[in-house]
Amino acid sequence: MIPWTAPLVLALMLFLLGLLGLLARRGLVFVLMSIEIMLNAAGLLFVAAGARWGNPDGQIMFIFVLNLAGAELALGLILLLRIRARLPDLDADAADLLRDAP
Amino acid sequence: MIGFYAAAGVTLAATAAAITRANPVHALLCFVVSLLGMAVVFFLLGAAFAAALEVIVYAGAIVVMFLFVVMMLSLDRAAKARERDWLTRPVWVVPLILVSVLGGALARVWVLRAAGGVIAVTPQAVGVRLFEADLGAVELASMLLLAGLIAAFHLGRQAE
Amino acid sequence: MTAQLLWLVPGLPLLGAVVLGCCGRVLPARVAGAIGAGSVGAAGLVAAVIALRWWHQAPAGDVVIDPLWSWMALPGFSSRIALYLDPVSLLMTLVITLVGFLIHLFSTEYMAGEDGYSRYFAYLNLFVAAMLLLVLASDLLVMFVGWEGVGVCSYLLVGFWYGDPANGYAAQKSFIVTRIADIAMLAGLLLLSLQLGTLDIQPMLAAARADWAPGAMAPTLAALLLLIGGWGKSAQAPLHTWLPDAMAGPTPVSALIHAATMVTAGVYLVVRLHGLFEMAPAVLDVIALGAVATLLIAACCALVQSDIKRVLAYSTMSQIGYMFLALGAGAWGAALFHFLTHAVFKALLFLSAGAITMRLHHEQNIFKMGGLRGELPIAFWSFLVGAASLAALPLVSAGFFSKEMVLGAAWARPGLGAVMWVAGITGAFLTAVYSFRAVFLVFLGPVTTRVSGSYGVRIWLPLCVLAAVALGIGWLETPAFLGGAQIFAAMLAPVLGAGVVERLPLLVPVAGMVVPVAGVVVSYGLYRSGFWHAQAVRPAGVLRRFLGSGMGFDALFEVTLVRPYLWLVAVLRRDPVDRLFDVLRDVAMAAHRWLRAGQGGKLRRYAAWLVAGSAAAVLCVVFA
Repeated sequence: MIPWTAPLVLALMLFLLGLLGLLARRGLVFVLMSIEIMLNAAGLLFVAAGARWGNPDGQIMFIFVLNLAGAELALGLILLLRIRARLPDLDADAADLLRDAP
Repeated sequence: MIGFYAAAGVTLAATAAAITRANPVHALLCFVVSLLGMAVVFFLLGAAFAAALEVIVYAGAIVVMFLFVVMMLSLDRAAKARERDWLTRPVWVVPLILVSVLGGALARVWVLRAAGGVIAVTPQAVGVRLFEADLGAVELASMLLLAGLIAAFHLGRQAE
Repeated sequence: MTAQLLWLVPGLPLLGAVVLGCCGRVLPARVAGAIGAGSVGAAGLVAAVIALRWWHQAPAGDVVIDPLWSWMALPGFSSRIALYLDPVSLLMTLVITLVGFLIHLFSTEYMAGEDGYSRYFAYLNLFVAAMLLLVLASDLLVMFVGWEGVGVCSYLLVGFWYGDPANGYAAQKSFIVTRIADIAMLAGLLLLSLQLGTLDIQPMLAAARADWAPGAMAPTLAALLLLIGGWGKSAQAPLHTWLPDAMAGPTPVSALIHAATMVTAGVYLVVRLHGLFEMAPAVLDVIALGAVATLLIAACCALVQSDIKRVLAYSTMSQIGYMFLALGAGAWGAALFHFLTHAVFKALLFLSAGAITMRLHHEQNIFKMGGLRGELPIAFWSFLVGAASLAALPLVSAGFFSKEMVLGAAWARPGLGAVMWVAGITGAFLTAVYSFRAVFLVFLGPVTTRVSGSYGVRIWLPLCVLAAVALGIGWLETPAFLGGAQIFAAMLAPVLGAGVVERLPLLVPVAGMVVPVAGVVVSYGLYRSGFWHAQAVRPAGVLRRFLGSGMGFDALFEVTLVRPYLWLVAVLRRDPVDRLFDVLRDVAMAAHRWLRAGQGGKLRRYAAWLVAGSAAAVLCVVFA
């Protein structure tokens, strides 16, 4: 039998990898992808929890996470296409107009 | 057991590769591999329905959509070179520190809990629960998808 | 009846001051002068009446108290405004009012035609009222009111001609120096009131005798602080630097305030509180040594002055030094006798000087005067009588008798007696030299400056009266070998105790008679040899400059007190303490700028901060 802590550790590590990608990558495409990785890790956490107690709510939550990821990614990608006019190289660091002007 | 660790290893390796590629298409394809590994993990946890959904919806629809848009971006050679330039060694230092601190804290919280086994949950059980107890949530989820659809359509139309 | 009249004595001059102060500008000059001189004259009349009644029949206990008002009544301390008349204060009152009246009379003609004529008399009346309050006060707190009052009036009168900034500066100097001394006096009063519970003089002295042992710390400290206050008001070393500069005021002012009355307030203070000072023998030694220093310093400085009023100012300092010498020897009566004669002959000298200068277009340099014996005979004879009294020429002058009394008391003092006597005799020699130097330079020789104008009765009458008194009043108290009259001492005996007639060796009276005459002879010799004239012609050497500047005390105070204070003012002007608080502001602004730099708008940075914050929160939960 799989010890229940194993999926938890896997989820944690996937989440951390996604976070790492978010912090380190500059291109907006990779930022969006890292967010997807993190969402996926959260979903794994739900499913593992549901498997621990045999409760279908875990998988149901996973369905909703999928739902959310899809909607959010669609919008994110559209915005990416729209922002291409302003930021030709899709550099996250260049999108800083919300800064505190000195 | 071994299956689980193998699948987990593949998943982790593929994810690590995904975040370190310079070419976005390569990164997404590595991500797909990672998702497939995740599906195997779900299956080994007794959540067959979730495994199926992972492959069909996540890898099959969401990532595909991602790939379409990336292709639409038509990144040229210059863009790829730029992406490679941004991927230097020192970039990883501070993120690694931060992430390891957070990871350590979180790990300390939940890894040392009591262990237990896993219980399989059938798709029938999921379906019953979904359409009996969580019907309202299903409707809301569909509303969310509708909203996303309309918004994407609207924003996308302006782009022309 | 005396008690009913007593309040008129300070009250009439005060009323005169108020009337002149309010309506002086609309009154014609004659009326203003009449009010000014008349109020003091009336007060003098009342005082004379009181004195005659006293002489006829002394009141019970030799004291009259007239309680006027209660001032403050607190738990643990109370003070009332009351007038206290005993032989000592009666003597002071008579001198202040009678000599004051003569000076007021002189002023009506001297200051005729001046701007601010009525203002002058208002201030002068106010001064007389304050001085009378000082000597008649039964409570040290009321005396302090009078003390400060005379200080203010002195400031107002020295700076009377305020159009010239130098006069204002001299007035400020006199006020500030005496004010510094008054701080010490106030400290002494606080000490006395805290320790003894009352400042009413007689009960306070009784409490001091009961509570304190002679020579203890408390009476010594209190006496020393009061002494410093007295030194400032009486222009004794080291607080004497203001008196020569105070000669910037009109000459009658110098006569009244800076010769006859205000500068003797310190002497009065010690005599009034002699019970306290007897309990502090260390302070009596300090008084004696200070007196020795002052009388010698002042006498030396007077030898080289060219302004006639400055010569008289230094001589005042020196003569008050003699009074303090008597106080240091514990001879309270001798000090008061010298005060009496000094008031008369110093007022005479100042008024004669004023009479001279008013006929010479206010020329005050003695080297520019000469041969005035023939031109101004009245001024000559009055000045001569005054100078003779100042120099203590034997038998003819009142000053001789009082100085004999002082020197005899000095000799008889155990311990420092010999030093004090030698200093006194040396001072007497120098006094004769410088006073007759002035006489010879002003009145003998060829006429250098023409005289103009003439004298009215209001000028020569006070001069004659004062001259007559200066010749005769000495016979109130004579040494044993000249009759042994003790009228003065008998009058003051109820307050000061019976005077002890000392058996003095022959040296003392003989020296007292020979030395002044010798001084006059030496001065005449130097005059004939042209030494005094050379002072005007030859450029000043080191010694003459040193003596001319008052032995450098001004420069000393400038370096040790004034400059550091002004430096401190310059430093504090930039408000350094406030700057410290500016540091807080600077720190806050720097933190603001630093934090602001963190709002870069970069997505990844924000994400990194989110991660760091979450990690911190989780760690707090884990480890807390």
